[in-house]
Amino acid sequence: MDLATSKPEAAPAARYEKTFLVNLYRQMLSIREFEEQVQDLYNRTLIPGIAHLSCGQEAVAVGVCSALQSDDYITSTHRGHGHCLAKGADMGKMFAELFGKVDGYCRGKGGSMHIANQDVGNLGANAIVGAGMSLATGAALSAKLQKTTRVSVCFFGDGALNQGILLESMNMAALWRLPVIYVCENNQYGEYLPMERVTAGDVAKRGEAFDIPSTKADGMNVLTVYECAQRAISRARTGQGPSFLVLDTYRYYGHGMSDRNRAYRSREEERHWRETRDPIMRFAALLVENGHLTTKNLELIQAEVREETLAAIEFGTNSPFPKPEEVAQHVYAD
Amino acid sequence: MSTLTEAREITFAQAVNEALREEMERDEKIIILGEDVAAAGGVWKLTEGLLDRFGSDRVLDTPISEGGIAGLGVGAAMTGMRPIVEIMFGDFLTLVMDQLVNQAAKMYYMSGGRYRVPIVIRTTLGAGRRLAAQHSQSLHAWLAHIPGLKVVLPSTPYDAKGLLKTAIRDNNPVIFFEDKLMYQKKGQVPSSSDPYTIPFGQADIKREGSDVTVVATSSMVYVALDAAEALAAENVSVEVIDPRTLTPLDEEGLVSSVRKTSRCLVIDEGYQRFGVTAEIAAVISQKAFYHLEAPVERMGAMDVPVPFSPVLEDQTIPNADRVVGVVRRLVKGNG
Repeated sequence: MDLATSKPEAAPAARYEKTFLVNLYRQMLSIREFEEQVQDLYNRTLIPGIAHLSCGQEAVAVGVCSALQSDDYITSTHRGHGHCLAKGADMGKMFAELFGKVDGYCRGKGGSMHIANQDVGNLGANAIVGAGMSLATGAALSAKLQKTTRVSVCFFGDGALNQGILLESMNMAALWRLPVIYVCENNQYGEYLPMERVTAGDVAKRGEAFDIPSTKADGMNVLTVYECAQRAISRARTGQGPSFLVLDTYRYYGHGMSDRNRAYRSREEERHWRETRDPIMRFAALLVENGHLTTKNLELIQAEVREETLAAIEFGTNSPFPKPEEVAQHVYAD
Repeated sequence: MSTLTEAREITFAQAVNEALREEMERDEKIIILGEDVAAAGGVWKLTEGLLDRFGSDRVLDTPISEGGIAGLGVGAAMTGMRPIVEIMFGDFLTLVMDQLVNQAAKMYYMSGGRYRVPIVIRTTLGAGRRLAAQHSQSLHAWLAHIPGLKVVLPSTPYDAKGLLKTAIRDNNPVIFFEDKLMYQKKGQVPSSSDPYTIPFGQADIKREGSDVTVVATSSMVYVALDAAEALAAENVSVEVIDPRTLTPLDEEGLVSSVRKTSRCLVIDEGYQRFGVTAEIAAVISQKAFYHLEAPVERMGAMDVPVPFSPVLEDQTIPNADRVVGVVRRLVKGNG
């Protein structure tokens, strides 16, 4: 089945409880709101360094993580705020981390590109493109050897498809039937180059070459993502080995904060994705259409999410910076 | 050496094998990953018998895929296992630099102390086996340069066993370098009923002396001991001290030896330029400055790719004759 062009209706919302559906919507909205606030805070120089926003890609993070249990593992990427939130992070601790404050998940030592959350199996964002692939596969090996039913999800972008470590990781995952799901978020661009300029062939075949079931699907449709992820996760949990998902999506902003004019693509293309495929807008329309929510409900949720986000920013702002002596702490564990 | 009551003479290779076996008996979270480590027992036969004893869930033959196995090791270490990854030749460390330098070394720090990475990388160093440029390098200085990693260089069977046990129990990534010329070297090691370990960061005096200190690592300890023996005939008393671990480095142990002898030569098989000898010489020059009778000398591998032809290769490694020459110069003011 080619799911790449599926409409939201394709995954019948009728199958799910209202609370589940509303929660998907709320989580996607939280990620969008978080990222928009990060953009603003960065522009006001309140967030140091660099940040990579995932606006437009919310359905991938939420669809996949909603199918996971809290002790399942994920590895994330430099564009990882969405994964972190969807895997159950507290927004306040995330803002604190992005501000370099001591109440951040990593005591301000990791920042946007290394944010991790051990409480819920988030093994961390990674600033080396593709590096999470072998780490996630190792976590899957660990889950298998410890005879747990945990699974491990490896998020990576299309830009990471051409790192050799993908081949090394998939090979061992397939050989040893490890409970790992490789999730390629194909947002169409690796930094400033369109995917087809740097990536040869049909990428799903890269998984198929190892006899890893590989599925391409619409990464802008949260229920489609959820159902694909659920199939892959249930395979992994029952000892049937790895899966590979290639989810088509789009990043609305540039690669990083300095990529402002995005000369490598047209405004028209961006408008097309935003106006006709936006994962949040389309899902909201579906919920209204199916009678799960009214427009008034939507506005209420939006206001709540905004309020939570502002409270989280306040938490991060009020958190102190680490003491200078922390610089030499955590180099070695006891 | 501490406990010699029930000591036997075993090889360096047997000492490593015993440490692995005894630790795996103690802690079922320990697994071994590597190329030909299981069915074949390792190309150096160091893991022989472990597959039979512990099974294929704990001793895993991997593809030739160094980056992948090191990365899987790091991921497994972050999630409750204690992997030992064998990288068959130290030269192949080039293939796992991201996994060690950007991932393993920094994970504990980047996560603000949340993710520990208790992994051991066992690998080799050393020229002299006519294996040419890509199987003979000693690249331990690269890893000693990186905060977050520990680097261990055992020189005797006793040290190998005691230090490997400590490495396996450490909650940090440890790179354990074995000189492939030492595997058949024999030495006294207590029987397996003695659960001794050797703490990191404690240099060991391999021969006491009073005129000059030779700091020597790994197989260079034997070069130093041969030179010391030759020099004894000339009434030059050489102290040979082995740091045993580069990170952590027993600066005080090395410095106090030099304060006693007031002269020092540092030898190591890594490249001399920007290498281990440079770091140790700097530490000693600074901290024993007012006790020194002569500038600290150092001797590393010649700064060339390791050549194949034996007549060329032998020139590139420090040897006892050259050590004798330098020590004579240090002691007598001429070569």
